[in-house]
Amino acid sequence: MHVKQISIFLENKSGRLAEVTKLLGSNNIDISALSIADTTDYGVLRLIVNKPEEAERILKENDFAVSTTNVIAIAVADKPGGLSEALCILRDAGLDIEYMYAFVGKAANEAMVILRVDDPHTEEAIKLLTESGIKVLPSSDVYKL
Amino acid sequence: MQCWNPTYECMSREEREKVQTERLIETVKRVYHNVPFYRDKMQKAGLEPCDIKSLDDLKKLPFTYKQDLRDNYPYGLFAVPMSEIVRIHASSGTTGKQTVVGYTRRDLDTWAEVMARTLVNAGADKDSIVQVAYGYGLFTGGFGVHYGVERVGATVIPVSGGNTKRQLQIMKDFGTTILACTPSYALYLAEEMEEMGLKKEDLKLKSGIFGAEPWSERMRAEIEERFGITAIDIYGLSEVIGPGVASECTCRCGLHIQEDHFIPEIIDPDTEEVLPPGSTGELVFSTITKEGLPLLRYRTRDISSLNYEKCECGRTTVRMKKVSARSDDMLIIRGVNVFPSQIEEVLFNMGETAPHYLLIVDRVNNLDTLEVRVEMSQSMFSDEVKRIEDIERKLHKDIETTLGISARVKLVEPKSIERSEGKAKRIIDKRKI
Repeated sequence: MHVKQISIFLENKSGRLAEVTKLLGSNNIDISALSIADTTDYGVLRLIVNKPEEAERILKENDFAVSTTNVIAIAVADKPGGLSEALCILRDAGLDIEYMYAFVGKAANEAMVILRVDDPHTEEAIKLLTESGIKVLPSSDVYKL
Repeated sequence: MQCWNPTYECMSREEREKVQTERLIETVKRVYHNVPFYRDKMQKAGLEPCDIKSLDDLKKLPFTYKQDLRDNYPYGLFAVPMSEIVRIHASSGTTGKQTVVGYTRRDLDTWAEVMARTLVNAGADKDSIVQVAYGYGLFTGGFGVHYGVERVGATVIPVSGGNTKRQLQIMKDFGTTILACTPSYALYLAEEMEEMGLKKEDLKLKSGIFGAEPWSERMRAEIEERFGITAIDIYGLSEVIGPGVASECTCRCGLHIQEDHFIPEIIDPDTEEVLPPGSTGELVFSTITKEGLPLLRYRTRDISSLNYEKCECGRTTVRMKKVSARSDDMLIIRGVNVFPSQIEEVLFNMGETAPHYLLIVDRVNNLDTLEVRVEMSQSMFSDEVKRIEDIERKLHKDIETTLGISARVKLVEPKSIERSEGKAKRIIDKRKI
């Protein structure tokens, strides 16, 4: 059920984001979600794309430092407390979230969130969330967005 | 013009060569019998100590390289038992290991003697108050100047390096007349002095002996102007003895080499041929009085030339031109020797197979800065910033441990450092010195 996320190392230089997105676009790779973690000198761009293996190959061929990570995509009710419900389940099970980011989906009453937990626990978290009634999105759905 | 030891500093060339010849013959005998490394080298070259009869025979002798000191780390080239060694100093080497040097009691005496000559060259006498802002420790700068000052009978203030405001306070309150530090630190002190609202007229400073790193006439003019002093260039390297190998007199037209202790030669660094007087090439020194670590034809990698004409000051010792370049890739940053290969070793230890890196050296507010750019690799990269930061921290710490100075570590994108066809370009030195 996990989703593959592509991360890319980018120096803080003007035009780098434009170049990466242009490269992916010209290879017909569609981005469904993204976030950037930035520091003084560099940033880590994280992407969910429709063809992760192909994206990784193309980026590596173009000399980017790339890594692929398993993450979890969930849909929560778009109302106060909707997200906290899911997060409390993970907290109560002692599963730490490394980082998370929200993205835009097609359903009006749902909010989409990508969660990154410590990798050995990804499947365990998915199982736990599913059993608790949280809607975990299959990769096929997320890649289509 | 004052002179500490007119007998040796002003003797005729003929007399001097007689002294040098006797001492060279004696040194060759001693290393042949006491240092297996030299015995092997001489035997391989088909040489016996009795083959060395004149200064002209010097060129038959094998060279000594910095690598030889490393291969025989730490004490392998010492020519006396450890019971005779009373002091150890060390400097950073091309890779993790330090270059270790040892002194007998007589070597320390020689060192104080040549440093006394250096100080008197710079105008020191019994009434001088000398502030030593060179580091004390394994580095030879601090202790070298210290014992020279005591030998002259002047007053030494052993402040050691750093703590700039306190240096200036002491300089003013204690009436320092001679300052000893690296030239870049002198400029930094001048800047701080102005910031503290002190004027050069508030100080009693008359001159300064500056060395341990390359510096230009432009820097000299600036130091002299801002402190209102005479700035003297001094030269030395720990392998040969430390500071005191050579120094300018107040004429400032070349550095007088203490030839009765160290014989200089100029060679072509590629062919190793000795070049005629006046040629520019690599400086090579043979020590002829040292007991602890005598060195035959030590390759300094410093580029200079020799002038055998008598100086206006009356000294007859040969003068070497101010060192402006090196025949290897060693950098001197804040007085510390840095080799790009040291950085390479740190990267290899991080498990990187093909590290691409670039050293950027600059001088900001008269202090040297070092930035190490390292290309991010697939294996170092992670989607988590904290893991990348861990790598940065580890690199920073390992570089500081290896080099002895701290550097700013900057991770850059793969293939972003320029590749060259021949020798990789590892250094950009932006310093205007």
